[in-house]
Amino acid sequence: MYPEIKKDLKEQSEITEILEDAGMEKKYSRSSLYKDAWRRLKKNKLAMIGLGIIIFLIIIAIFAPLVSPYNPIGRVKEESSLSPGMAHLFGTDLLGRDIFSRVIYGSRISLEVGVIAVGISVTIGLFFGAIAGYFGNVPDVLIMRMADIFFAFPYILGAIVIMTILGPGIMNIFIAIGILGWASFARIFRGSILSIKNKEYIEAARALGASNFRIIIKHIFPNAFAPIIVYATMNVGSAILVEAALSFLGLGVQPPTPAWGKMLSESLNYIDIAPWMMFFPGIAIVITVLGFVLLGDGLRDAFDPRLK
Amino acid sequence: MSFSENNKILEVKNLKTYFYTDGGIVKAVDGVSFDLKVGETLGIVGETGSGKSVTALSILKLIQQPIGKIVGGEIIFDDKNLLKMSKAELQNLRGNKISMIFQDPMTSLNPVYTISNQIMESITTHRKLNKKEAKKECLKLLEMVGIPEAKNRLGSYPYEFSGGMKQRVMIAMAIANSPSVLIADEPTTALDVTIQAQILELMNELKKKTKSSIIIITHDLGVVAKYAKRVMVMYAGKPVEFSVVDDIYYKPLHPYTIGLMSSIARLDKKQEERLTPIEGSPPSLIDLPKGCVFRKRCKFAVEECRKKYPQFVEIEENHWVACHRAGEFLDGSLSRI
Amino acid sequence: MLYYIFKRVLQVIPVLIGVTLILFILMYIIPEDPARLILQKGATEQALANLREKMGIDKPLYVQYWRYVSGLAKGDLGTSYRYRRPVSDILAEHYPNSIRLALVAIVIEVIIGIFAGIISAVKKYSFWDVLVTISTTLAVCVPVFWLGMMFQVVFGLKLGWLPMSGMGDGSIKYYVLPAITLASVSTAFVARMTRGSMLEVLSNDYITTAYAKGLPEFKVITKHALKNALIPVVTLIGLDLGALMGGAILTETVFSWPGIGRTIYLAVLQRDAPVVVGGTIVLVLIFVAMNLIVDILYAWLDPRIRFEQKELNV
Repeated sequence: MYPEIKKDLKEQSEITEILEDAGMEKKYSRSSLYKDAWRRLKKNKLAMIGLGIIIFLIIIAIFAPLVSPYNPIGRVKEESSLSPGMAHLFGTDLLGRDIFSRVIYGSRISLEVGVIAVGISVTIGLFFGAIAGYFGNVPDVLIMRMADIFFAFPYILGAIVIMTILGPGIMNIFIAIGILGWASFARIFRGSILSIKNKEYIEAARALGASNFRIIIKHIFPNAFAPIIVYATMNVGSAILVEAALSFLGLGVQPPTPAWGKMLSESLNYIDIAPWMMFFPGIAIVITVLGFVLLGDGLRDAFDPRLK
Repeated sequence: MSFSENNKILEVKNLKTYFYTDGGIVKAVDGVSFDLKVGETLGIVGETGSGKSVTALSILKLIQQPIGKIVGGEIIFDDKNLLKMSKAELQNLRGNKISMIFQDPMTSLNPVYTISNQIMESITTHRKLNKKEAKKECLKLLEMVGIPEAKNRLGSYPYEFSGGMKQRVMIAMAIANSPSVLIADEPTTALDVTIQAQILELMNELKKKTKSSIIIITHDLGVVAKYAKRVMVMYAGKPVEFSVVDDIYYKPLHPYTIGLMSSIARLDKKQEERLTPIEGSPPSLIDLPKGCVFRKRCKFAVEECRKKYPQFVEIEENHWVACHRAGEFLDGSLSRI
Repeated sequence: MLYYIFKRVLQVIPVLIGVTLILFILMYIIPEDPARLILQKGATEQALANLREKMGIDKPLYVQYWRYVSGLAKGDLGTSYRYRRPVSDILAEHYPNSIRLALVAIVIEVIIGIFAGIISAVKKYSFWDVLVTISTTLAVCVPVFWLGMMFQVVFGLKLGWLPMSGMGDGSIKYYVLPAITLASVSTAFVARMTRGSMLEVLSNDYITTAYAKGLPEFKVITKHALKNALIPVVTLIGLDLGALMGGAILTETVFSWPGIGRTIYLAVLQRDAPVVVGGTIVLVLIFVAMNLIVDILYAWLDPRIRFEQKELNV
């Protein structure tokens, strides 16, 4: 209900008309949408910082064996619970493992989960969203009711239930987070399709005898992608947070594989004697998520400068 | 006819209002001057983006901060410069001595409060009345602006009213404290044609009762001809011509005004005379061309027009114009066609 | 208004059916045999079969679902595998603690979030706006449980101002850290939403009208802008209760808070599915109910919604 009212309220005042007259109107053509967005994104400092963080993390994750000074799961008993110093930049844990190396390797799990889980969400979401938006009627109602049910689940709660039932492990994390996230993407994509469906160029394509499948792939996808890209980027951040929470609760990756959330839960009982154990993995999570949030915000502004 | 100083209720001198946007500085109003006399109806005419609404908003300092800013000029009301007033003085003036009616009644009323709540607010902000008295006053106002069954409509929300009714409510709010100046910013643009006439008639009647001076801002030349005594024509943020209605209509001295007049249908014109639209479109307010702003659309433009912007001068008594060639139109050495 | 409430309640029913169905399927398609979980290793086949029959898990799935849902309607959430006690009893012991903590968190979220949002919208680009923008951006990036741990180290361990965990005698000082932790993300969302919504409302024509009436800025903001700006914020607060409940599991775990969240966490460790699922159902029910209340509140805030409903009714 709300959007209609909002639109109604947003009748343009003369001031915005002046700004438009002054040559600030939005460009609609598709190829320039992405080009314009990229141009605006490049000018956005925060978004570029976000992108920088993400690229940095990807490099770290790929070259983890080269970057980390120690074996992340190798224990050196004599060096247990050392505070941060020259030999061990971030200190060591109670088992004598180097926390710096473990934080570096931990980036692998977080990025994998973020990208793959969101990939699953996007795939499922696009599939159902396309069906619902393009065909309408019964499939639409069914799919959107299903989405409502998924919205009724608090994200982390749902993930916990699924993980309890499926059991811990990285594959199950992909599945749990992936499945839980589909509904938002379906809803966004359905909305885009509905708004594009009746535009003239789709009518034209249909008149020329293009098939449904071809219309969806060739004409609707490229135009409906902008909001999906924005939301997916932001969602990678939340997926990483959920993974950390699951690992923290002991439902994630199993030891000795280093994962940031797991490292935090291991440190929980020693925050009085070894507070550095919890400090660095936490900072790593914050920076990673921040990277995706900044880039996501930047993309949103870049695709639709009016929303700013 | 002469202008005696005490005859003027409001005087605007060289007003400049700019908007600072990402794309550059928009000079929405750039050097507007005019005066308003007691009991007079003054028209400000121009197309969308000519700065007429911004002029109106500037008078009450209602420009949206921080993008919009009044960067220069004076607005004299009651011997005081409005632009130098304190917040409290300004608040005392707004809605009390000077009030305003906006373009779009659909969006100008707060959707979540009843209309009586909003009208009573206008009253009690400036007058010490208790709730009961304010309500009585509110009812009186609603009847005055012609809301049928006003008593039963006090508890209505704006969405329950039609556009014309909403504009009547806006007018009731504006005249609640019998202001000396009423600024109507395109009061009928958003309404149906039949309603437009009713609203204008209503304003005209109320003006006779309240003795307010009115500034009516519009792009409708017919409205101006019927209700206003003097007219200022604006183009691209600048005043181009200012005079009494008859002069503007029958003796225009600026090529833009000349163009406007030949683009409207008139009963006194011969049938075979064709309506001629002005060619081209207004310039971007960010990169205004050097020289005269109208130059590129002007068929009378000469070399001088490219070099410098013409001064806004009083070429004959009470007739101001900003054109290098106005003198030639005046003495007849240059034909208007 | 009554019609609107009735309609919204009806809309909730399919959601509830869907939620219970999904949870039911998840719980009963669990790869492990619950009978084995209960009886541990070394139980005889006969004992297992007896238990399965007693639990009704030898029956077809739809019979089981019906039993489950009708049990649910009577407040029966099944039996814990570990404690062999009704799940409802276990949850009943703990839920008041969770509710209390959540209420304190909501109060923090609403007051601080809305206040910060208003300040940063009204004083756009000022120091306060920048501060609010930075802290809200950071707040959504910080894992709730890590924030809790940091609070414990700083305010409990180093400064010794506040108790580090548990509920103690239930006095307010025990609430401070967990409640702020629980509220952190939501507060950030509320502040951002309030800011955005406030900025949009402030650019509306009726705000200009209010200024043109001669109202002082304070009154324009508190009377004309706020009520309109809060409409979407109220929706957000409703939707956000879900995050609050997810956050409750983590917060209660970090602070050893004896609530439903911690109960679910312990059940997760023990793979006690009925408690996990039962606890989740209770949380989802609270969530759905809260959303319903929020929607009704929303209709009260915005008269146009009531109006639309009336129109449809005719």
